[in-house]
Amino acid sequence: MIKVEGLTKRYARHVAVKNISFEVGKGEIVGFLGKNGAGKTTTMRVLTCFLPPTAGKATVAGFDVIEQSFDVKKNIGYLPETPPLYPEMEIDTYLTFVAKLKNLPSADIQKRVDEVCDRTGIADVKHKIIGKLSKGYRQRVGIAQAIIHNPPVLILDEPTSGLDPEQQQQARQLIASLSGDHTIILSTHILSEVEQSCSNVIIINNGEIVAVDSVANLHRRGRSTEVVSIEVAGADSLAVRQKLEEVAGVARVVSKDSRDGTVGFEVEGMENFFVRPDLARAVVNSGWNLVELRALGESLEEIFLELTKSEKKTAPAAEGAEGASVTQ
Amino acid sequence: MRNILTICRKEIRAYFASPIAYLLMALFGLIFGFFFYSATAYFVLEGTRQQMMGQGGAMSVNEFVIAPLFGNASVVGLFLIPLISMRLFAEEKRTGTIELLMTSPIHDWEIVLGKWLGAMTMYICMLAIAALNILLLFAWGSPDWRPVLTGFLGLLLQGGCVLAIGTFISTTTKNQIIAGAATFSICLLLWVLSWVSSYNEAGWAQAVAYCSILTHFEPFSKGIVDTKDLIFYCSAIFLGLFLSVRSLESLRWRA
Repeated sequence: MIKVEGLTKRYARHVAVKNISFEVGKGEIVGFLGKNGAGKTTTMRVLTCFLPPTAGKATVAGFDVIEQSFDVKKNIGYLPETPPLYPEMEIDTYLTFVAKLKNLPSADIQKRVDEVCDRTGIADVKHKIIGKLSKGYRQRVGIAQAIIHNPPVLILDEPTSGLDPEQQQQARQLIASLSGDHTIILSTHILSEVEQSCSNVIIINNGEIVAVDSVANLHRRGRSTEVVSIEVAGADSLAVRQKLEEVAGVARVVSKDSRDGTVGFEVEGMENFFVRPDLARAVVNSGWNLVELRALGESLEEIFLELTKSEKKTAPAAEGAEGASVTQ
Repeated sequence: MRNILTICRKEIRAYFASPIAYLLMALFGLIFGFFFYSATAYFVLEGTRQQMMGQGGAMSVNEFVIAPLFGNASVVGLFLIPLISMRLFAEEKRTGTIELLMTSPIHDWEIVLGKWLGAMTMYICMLAIAALNILLLFAWGSPDWRPVLTGFLGLLLQGGCVLAIGTFISTTTKNQIIAGAATFSICLLLWVLSWVSSYNEAGWAQAVAYCSILTHFEPFSKGIVDTKDLIFYCSAIFLGLFLSVRSLESLRWRA
């Protein structure tokens, strides 16, 4: 649905996006991940035909963003970083206005407005003036205007920024519920959001792509062996340690914090060994209480920091490119 | 066409949902009302005096009340119109709603034309108050209605011209104050350009004076519709709107 090849966007003084390429298939939800100023907004603005690329090619739904921008615009719904709302309008007049802008036939507009209001959970406030809404509701109205014409492609720039945790959760669920009919790109710097709602991740740093992968693959990328956190109660630390080291396939046992009666360890298995069941059995058979047994994946956070850090080492010149994505 | 109307209607709603529309109409009503009162009071006084002296025939309401009133209205317009046009694009750029307009399947010229027409509607509402005043003259007198129509046509054209310039200036900034102040200064300058011809007979001075938006208005207020004035105003409106479209387009490239 979305194809970007060698895209570069240069502003007057710096390069915001450098020669990036990626592809998004139909129905995928892709998380566009990067620090502030990494080039996320710029890329999205190019995809929505708000800004032309300096070099390279981008197509959305098969249409070129420069040559066929009109067709591209028909096929995208876009939620910019700040929702484009007119504070003096009521929600339903606003959505009707957007529906007309998006060329929806007049006869369908009322029905469609009601539909998106239901879908985004703003039906009960739809006669309120936008200027008086809370931030969470504004964001929902923003999403509502993006989906009003049921576009095949949705581009959401930080859809959950500035929301409280509960609202973030609701927004994520809303986005996940949209995934069936729409191809979605959403940008964020919140990693848990990507883990929850996206199938694939594009990590961008200083205007360059450092990783394109599925969330599952990224998790796997960090470690090839199993690492387990284990907590045991009512036992002597040394004895437990000894017991754990005897289990087949265990490469290393590291003591962790011990507090009121429980002792904790981090156990690293050898390659191609599945040690968790044996560890549990060993503890229980010795008559101790197994309090916790948990596999540790490398968190996306660590992977992200690692990727963006190593990138910095190899390209120190790019450091001046902070604070991109600002229009004049 | 539908897109233009959509934008236009949105603009009208924006004016009337905020105090701007009512404030402008009230201010214009106040100022124009004062001019109207002064002009008629003077007319009545002078008329009675002439009758008592047994001089001459009837004085013309058109000549002594309506024509000067149109002149005044056009000057008041110059001061108030920048207040109408300044928000057109500056506000959208500041709040970020311009991104919605520019990523919707709608042409730049449709946006510009829709906004200009919305502003024109606002301006016409202002003029309606002037029309109310002048209607009173028809209730108690019998002025010629044709110069009244041409006068309003002149006001419309002149207002459209200033609004088009204001629209263009509004596309260049995201600060409404800057847009308003710049529009006002340029319109004031365009107004006083005619002075050049009063102290200089040279060809260039005549050409500069020709660009004054006020000299082209005078014939309208006297009931004369000259094609050269029509062409001047229409081309000025076209130029203003054309520059606005180009400027809007350049937002993409200059970023």
